[in-house]
Amino acid sequence: MSASVRLEVTVNGERHVSEVEPRLLLVHYLRDELGLTGTHVGCDTSNCGACTVHLNGDAVKSCTVLAVQADGAEVTTIEGIGQEGALHPLQEAFWEHHGLQCGYCTPGMIMAAADLLARNPEPGEHEIRDALAGNLCRCTGYQNIVKAVQAAAAQSRGGQGQPAREEVTV
Amino acid sequence: MGVPGGETAERTEPGGNGFVGQALRRKEDPRLITGRATYTDDMVLPGTLYAAIVRSPEAHARILSIDTAAARELQGVEAVFTGEDLADLAAPCPMVWAPPGVEVHVPDHWPLARGKVGYVGQPVAVVLGRDKYGVVDAAEQVMVEYDSLPVVTDPEQALEEGAPIIHEEYGTNKVFEWSLPGGDIEAAFRDADVVVEKRIVNHRTAGAAIEPRSALAEWREGKLTLWSATQIPHICRVILSIQLGLTEDKIRVVAPEVGGGFGSKLQVYGEEVLVCWCARKLGKPVKWTATRSEEMATTHHGRDQIDYVRIGAKRDGTVTGIHAKIIQDCGSYHLIEGPVIPTFSACVISGCYDFPAVQTDIVGVFTNKFTTDAIRGAGRPEATHMIELTMDELARELDMDPLELRRKNFIKEFPNERPHGFIYDSGDYDATLDRCLEMLDLEAFRREQAELRERGVYRGVGFSTYVEICGLGPSRALGPDGWGMQGGYFESAQVRVHPTGSVTAYTGTSPHGQGHETGFAQIVADRLGVTPDVVDVIHGDTSTGPFGKNTYGSRSLAVGGEAIARAAEKVQAKAKRIVAHKLEAAPEDIELVDGRYQVRGSPDKAMTIADVAGEAYIPADLPEGMEAGLDEMCFYDPDNFVWPFGAHACISEVDAETGRVDIVRYVCVDDCGPAINPLLIDGQIHGGIVHAVGQALYEQVVYDEEGQLVTGTFVDYALPSAADVPSFETDRTETPSPTNTLGVKGVGEAATIACSPAVVASVLDALRPLGVTSIDMPLTPMRVWQAIQAAQGRGDGPAATEQGRTLDEHGGGAAGSGPTGPEEGGAS
Repeated sequence: MSASVRLEVTVNGERHVSEVEPRLLLVHYLRDELGLTGTHVGCDTSNCGACTVHLNGDAVKSCTVLAVQADGAEVTTIEGIGQEGALHPLQEAFWEHHGLQCGYCTPGMIMAAADLLARNPEPGEHEIRDALAGNLCRCTGYQNIVKAVQAAAAQSRGGQGQPAREEVTV
Repeated sequence: MGVPGGETAERTEPGGNGFVGQALRRKEDPRLITGRATYTDDMVLPGTLYAAIVRSPEAHARILSIDTAAARELQGVEAVFTGEDLADLAAPCPMVWAPPGVEVHVPDHWPLARGKVGYVGQPVAVVLGRDKYGVVDAAEQVMVEYDSLPVVTDPEQALEEGAPIIHEEYGTNKVFEWSLPGGDIEAAFRDADVVVEKRIVNHRTAGAAIEPRSALAEWREGKLTLWSATQIPHICRVILSIQLGLTEDKIRVVAPEVGGGFGSKLQVYGEEVLVCWCARKLGKPVKWTATRSEEMATTHHGRDQIDYVRIGAKRDGTVTGIHAKIIQDCGSYHLIEGPVIPTFSACVISGCYDFPAVQTDIVGVFTNKFTTDAIRGAGRPEATHMIELTMDELARELDMDPLELRRKNFIKEFPNERPHGFIYDSGDYDATLDRCLEMLDLEAFRREQAELRERGVYRGVGFSTYVEICGLGPSRALGPDGWGMQGGYFESAQVRVHPTGSVTAYTGTSPHGQGHETGFAQIVADRLGVTPDVVDVIHGDTSTGPFGKNTYGSRSLAVGGEAIARAAEKVQAKAKRIVAHKLEAAPEDIELVDGRYQVRGSPDKAMTIADVAGEAYIPADLPEGMEAGLDEMCFYDPDNFVWPFGAHACISEVDAETGRVDIVRYVCVDDCGPAINPLLIDGQIHGGIVHAVGQALYEQVVYDEEGQLVTGTFVDYALPSAADVPSFETDRTETPSPTNTLGVKGVGEAATIACSPAVVASVLDALRPLGVTSIDMPLTPMRVWQAIQAAQGRGDGPAATEQGRTLDEHGGGAAGSGPTGPEEGGAS
């Protein structure tokens, strides 16, 4: 183990100052130090994308980023983009279109999709599929994830495009 | 082997407000989409110690010595244990299949190896310490000296004379041998005009849930609590009790949020026992979470069958019999039920077809690989794969349309007893195929295919018509006197109305993504006359609700959902008696309409469930002899399995220059009985298709000849991504099952059971002009390219097995499954 270094980072709008091991991964900093367990670890090799967060506005796989690399940066996690009662359009759309089953990949999937929509507000199906190729889901077969991203994009454009499903909400 | 069945369940009117059948969005989702759900690895208790496991780098070796001194000296390390330290365990990891009259070799499999290792990744020691990173450093300081032994990884080689014997005490690598016959199989082939034979390698795959396994154990006040990423908390408690020598009252097992299972968490792993043992030993909480590499090496694998299949038929296409010999690679040790898995292939060996005779001979084999056990479909995908591809081959042999051949032989009368004793409950196989073809427009595709071929573009279509056995299951059939599973397969439920009218329902099932909290709430809501939002469904905690049998084998709805419906109906019946008493009517005159318990013909006289609950919990004026409370339980053990079915069609395009396969369209029509929530069904179908597409095109667990795992990460083990698949065109028919009052059949595995032969057949159809007639999965570009080259007279085609044996050694049949070495990997 090597000596700790100082880390100053803003996470979901809140400033944190910590002493961390230089080898500490960002995902473990978020989960173990800050208790933000919505960001998950699925593969350790940046293939599955369950750990996706935003670092200065860009989607990154936080299992492949050292916490110290986030020094001075702004990090946004799933907990920071919306909560019950004030859901992000993507969260709402994943719920509405059954874009999740076990939910383990979902936070990373939503963060990756948010990154896509920030860069491309009107993605086609193939663009969505290509943009999410770095986020693996074993449950959904991706179909409803694609549908959810399309719906969120339409919602963000002001309700144009594909209408939301009209079904009873529990 | 006979099973009871075909008894018609009495269908009752739910009487409620029609939530069953609606595509309600899920009650589970708010916590999941906001990152507030609690998976096992999200939990830490005060004073938690982290466990890092030292694993064998050898596939087969004696352990000469283990030196833990250096590891113990590292700062923050609290303890290091080896197999010797765990000598007080009361039993090894159990395997629960003991078929009457069949010898099954079950070697002792301890959480930490004792004296010998049989697979790469086998746990040898555990390091415990306060720092998650520090224990990994310390584990690297544990020095283990091994004496390497000869390795065998090919199950057919393992059966040959002179092969290295993995467990000397048996003198053979054979685990067991058993046969499931029905009808006169010899006559079937004697009387056949045509017999087609194939050798099909159904290669080893991983469950690959995105959440790795994780277990957190706490020992406090003489009691043990285990939180674990498991599909089977109730079963886990029984097994912990046996292995730890603790009575069940002192053990609580909780499956908190579980991030996917697919069978891979239908298991009680040595690591779960190990963290419990360590927590008790040290008096501190102990947590272990698998890395993906540990997950790939030591979370049980699936499939890994070599299938020799024969179908006999008359010249007009009437099938006379099917015979399969299955060689099941069991790995070197068993876990909970691995050897029984190919028996599920045998259950459905008749497929959708009216074979008058069937026989499946199964041989289990030890190899120096990790354990195989249930992965989504568990034996039935292998069966569908061999049946459907062999039916296609038969059609070619007879020069008959493969769909016409299928229709000619479809089973049409239900219930239908198959020659080996299984009773198909209900079905309409023509209807699903009709609808599938209507959506597909086969004629239009054939025109398109012909035009494209002229331009050198190879597209093909493949079909799979399947039936599966699920809803496990009748205990009389599965249990000790049936197939020999040492357990019951009922399901439990408890439905409790609270004093002010809201409801908590406990289920013995244990979901990990399926949506039980929503679907089961819909079932209960209709039966009690409430809305699903006031029905809280509790699962996955042995300290709540009755003992249950958990979630696998597409059983949760057909068995667990039925149990919850029956418990709710008991509550409804009691409510009606109370209402009748209060409104001075006969109980049979009380009807439940739109949430009101009213007197038939006098709808103005009514009570709600909240009114009834008030009477039940302030029991001042209940009917004579009635107990207080509004809380009922049900243990439901079905009379028969349920038999979902359907028709799948795949259109794929093959790049003949590179061997790359792309799925262009996928159309499927499945029948799992009446829908409780169509949204959940569609989700299961989509995911099930992609799971099978993964096996068909990309995924393979590869070991090299030394037993080293080549595909140890998601870099090497290629799961399909969103970019690899199209959107699917799905529809359903609804043929109720007579087995349960809901009429439901289950859908969690259906598409995985159906899909792989459709994908492979589509590729074969595409490549027919190039002369390719057979190719085993996974259809990676290299293997497809090799098959094309071989068909053109260049090269020998793809390797027959991972060990590179050639086709001729097996007397022909299909090309085999595996890459020949690490350089090929399993990925596209």
